[in-house]
Amino acid sequence: MDLWQNYHPLQGKQLQILNHEGKIVAPKLDPKLKKEDLICLYQGMMLARLADEKALKLQRQGRMGTFAPVKGQEAAQVGSCYALTKEDWVLPSFRELAALIARGLPLSAYYLNNMGNEAGNKTPEDNNYLPVSIPVGTHLLHAVGIGLAAKLKGDKIVSLVFFGDGATSEGDFHEAMNLAGVWQTATIFLCQNNQYAISTPRSKQSRSETIAQKAIAYGFPGIQVDGNDPLAMYVAVKEAAKRARQGKGPTLIEAYTYRLGDHTTADDASIYRSAKELKQWEKKDPLLRMRKYLENKRIWDQKAEAKLIASLTKQIEQAVQDAESKRARPEDIFDYLYAELTPELAEQKAELLAWLKQNNA
Amino acid sequence: MPKEKINLVEAINLALKEEMTQDKNVIVYGEDVGFEGGVFRVTEGLQKQFGEQRCFDSPLCESGIVGTAIGAAIYGLKPVVEIQFAGFLYSAYDQLISHAARIRTRSRGRFTCPLVVRTPYGGGIKALEHHSESMEAIYAHTPGLKVVIPSGPQEAYGLLRAAIQDPDPVIFLEPTRIYRAIKEEAPAKDLIIPLGKANIVQTGDQVTVIAWGAMLREVKKALALLAQEKDAPAVELIDLRTISPLDTETIVKSVEKTGHCVIVHEAPRSGGIAAEIIARINEKALLSLEAPVKRITGFDTVFPLYQNESLYLPSPEQIAAGIKAVINF
Repeated sequence: MDLWQNYHPLQGKQLQILNHEGKIVAPKLDPKLKKEDLICLYQGMMLARLADEKALKLQRQGRMGTFAPVKGQEAAQVGSCYALTKEDWVLPSFRELAALIARGLPLSAYYLNNMGNEAGNKTPEDNNYLPVSIPVGTHLLHAVGIGLAAKLKGDKIVSLVFFGDGATSEGDFHEAMNLAGVWQTATIFLCQNNQYAISTPRSKQSRSETIAQKAIAYGFPGIQVDGNDPLAMYVAVKEAAKRARQGKGPTLIEAYTYRLGDHTTADDASIYRSAKELKQWEKKDPLLRMRKYLENKRIWDQKAEAKLIASLTKQIEQAVQDAESKRARPEDIFDYLYAELTPELAEQKAELLAWLKQNNA
Repeated sequence: MPKEKINLVEAINLALKEEMTQDKNVIVYGEDVGFEGGVFRVTEGLQKQFGEQRCFDSPLCESGIVGTAIGAAIYGLKPVVEIQFAGFLYSAYDQLISHAARIRTRSRGRFTCPLVVRTPYGGGIKALEHHSESMEAIYAHTPGLKVVIPSGPQEAYGLLRAAIQDPDPVIFLEPTRIYRAIKEEAPAKDLIIPLGKANIVQTGDQVTVIAWGAMLREVKKALALLAQEKDAPAVELIDLRTISPLDTETIVKSVEKTGHCVIVHEAPRSGGIAAEIIARINEKALLSLEAPVKRITGFDTVFPLYQNESLYLPSPEQIAAGIKAVINF
């Protein structure tokens, strides 16, 4: 199967396997996942959706800081992570709750970080994903660096980096794509084109018809995928990872999707997006489509849905409780800057602790 | 037979070779560093000795060089990357301040960034625009980075080896002006000079003079001028070696003894490292001072092209006059 030729970005084709009515439209490309895998994919997406909704409520109640909701992009993230192995590396931007959960991020850690405690950003030892990276586009280079290092060490791992359509305008996007092409690193550039960079629409971001086609200039394949189709995302990443592991270098995947929520909790998307447009995209909601598919296959029903929601809700409540029970220590400010505390930092730390003690703070 | 003498370029080259020999995770890359051996030939022979996997050319992309080095460091390598001139490092500053300096804190120690960015810096070589600035304060002001500046071949060897072995990101600024101007005996193979410790180059009890990089040689010239005079002052000369973290203890002890202090740097004066040193002296040794601490520095201006270059850089005569002024306050 030559996915890259058949869906060459200059031919104006978008890879879709599962349409929004939950029907397989490209049977030859159907990865034919096992029942358990399909359900697992759906569960991962649902957990992200519910956890995201809970976070929004907590933020509105003043129990959580500003964060970037993931709603609408669950398929692009869970589908692609499902195609990786545990040894592979994932580099998130700042809207990757669904991806990170799929990689093993404890939900309580995600909440903890959004509650202002860096401890939540500590990747568990047996996991290979980086913490949230906020400066747009800068972390693409880290994925290439990880690829470079893995290549030198002879490790057959893949590094997959998530970013948005806005990031493709950054200089580091160009440098990363160019370096990955020149060095032939095992990098998957996964652009979630969610149509907006805060308020700036995709049309004002780049004159290129697709983001996928930018790969051609760097000498490696690009593909546009229906980002709300978890099966298409799974297949595209699976194939890109296969190429990478064979030493054939990087791939750019454009997940064509839509952010159903605001840019962050401090944003109001209704100012720059029409209600009509939002409605159109709500019909393409990745969760709806996956549920319809599972129902069509008769491996899912109302009862299973209710049971899942109840169990996930319980899990989420527990995660909130865990996160809220933790408190950053004053020492944490100093203790992780260098491997060893410098004399100046030791002094500043002592100064703060003495002040706190004196003032019973 | 006299021992072979080497310059700073050769010393750095030796340090890189030694570290690459001892640790297979050390890799060296940057613009023109592989095949050509760098525009200053600092990395000459490395590619031949260690192969293209471990010493190679990168495309022209400073942010890309530093950004990928961060990724490689996170994965467990020890990248030593070269930025051709410090004046081109600014486009990579985002990578340094946003990621290299923070990844340990951000990940609560799960990920670290043991990389070294080497770059020639400083004035005195009649260079083009952007090739002469001393902007060490920018990096020293960035929590999470370390900043190291050698003042001669032996120093360069020992400090670079320590920098490469350091578990945190180090900006290693190499004074272009003395790349080939100072020759010293080749360092002992196992010479490692710990970061964060200043060097007392000579002891004295009348005045403390603090300098680093190429300015150390200018101070030595100033002391030679003073030595010709009657009542030459007993100068305690401190080579800072590491700009961040600063060795406050050595400075304070010296000033407590001498009661006088002169700080020399070629960087702009305002917000410079001298200002930080003075603040620390004020905090810890104010009552030992018998005169205000004097700064002899570059101006708060754009570094001039070479017709005016010597007016910008502190001269031995100015340094000598400054030392006398402080003593005779």
